[in-house]
Amino acid sequence: MRNYRAELHVHTVLSPCAEVEMIPPLIVTNAIEKGIEIIAITDHNSSANILSVQKAAIGTNLTIIPGMELTTHEEVHLLCLFGTMKPLTHLQSLVDKQMQKLKNRPDFFGEQFIVDETGNYISSDERLLLGTVNITLANAVAFVHELGGLAIPAHIDRKANGLIANLGFIPDDLCLDALEISKNKTVEKMTNEYPQIRNYPLLKGGDAHILDNILGLNHFYINEPNYQEIGLAFQNKNNRKHQIID
Amino acid sequence: MNLQDIVDQLDLNPYTQGKPLNTIEPSGGYTSDLLSCVMAGAKQGNIWITLQAHVNIVAVAALLDLSAVVITEGAQPDTATIERALEQNITLLGTNQPSYLVAGKLWEMGLKSG
Repeated sequence: MRNYRAELHVHTVLSPCAEVEMIPPLIVTNAIEKGIEIIAITDHNSSANILSVQKAAIGTNLTIIPGMELTTHEEVHLLCLFGTMKPLTHLQSLVDKQMQKLKNRPDFFGEQFIVDETGNYISSDERLLLGTVNITLANAVAFVHELGGLAIPAHIDRKANGLIANLGFIPDDLCLDALEISKNKTVEKMTNEYPQIRNYPLLKGGDAHILDNILGLNHFYINEPNYQEIGLAFQNKNNRKHQIID
Repeated sequence: MNLQDIVDQLDLNPYTQGKPLNTIEPSGGYTSDLLSCVMAGAKQGNIWITLQAHVNIVAVAALLDLSAVVITEGAQPDTATIERALEQNITLLGTNQPSYLVAGKLWEMGLKSG
């Protein structure tokens, strides 16, 4: 076992707020240059660019974890991470049915490009992917767990779409696998500000919408760079460990 | 009734002015702090009352062509929000009053359509 550096919150050009540089080959080379060995691709309410990033990473030592940043009914952003694409397609079907029917306005929100592994344009998603999905946070967490995934509220300290700002506190009957804190926050500062979070494993996320924010501020002491091992590390099971690089 | 009347009567603090306030007549009002509700429910020209002060409110106001956003409860928009509002000609007005009172006062002034 050894430490693997990980960044579990990365957007691609499919997220309207992401910069056009967030294409598969640049994400992959940028992560590798920084010594990051695991990244999760977590676009807003969509998984359409994950296979392209996985293809771009073939032949490298970078592991791509399939994920999604789901917007729940309460407008809480929830990172949903999976071992393979298959369970994520089930979540995607639910999202496609239950997402607010709003059309994207690229001039306000940004483009939503689906691209191939070289970053070439395939199509644009016409729906506004920033819309909410008609599922409560509690039901979303339960559904992700049913599918064998990890459910991690994103940037819980943020005013926009953070769990604490939108719900007031962390409901203690939610079986959250970890909580993500923003890149500019330290664990000490966060636990002083929100004592309730002491009970949860913490993840530090770059919430990368630009290449420079692929930060990899997490060390996972694990056997293999995969999603199951990350789950074990959050629980400190079988000598697996997780540590934030503050 | 134009925005200048509203600003005067409710003693609002204009952070930004999209256009001269006395040239804008709100079509009605809308109150919610969930941006998704606003996107689905507010109508063009509405004045939107919310305690949210983050940058996303500007995109929503621009998208729907709202007449103004009244940020309540003393919430402070940060520099990024104000800059974006200036870019997009969005009027942001601030007050320490709670949303309920602001809506009530606008109703009393005669702004009764949703």
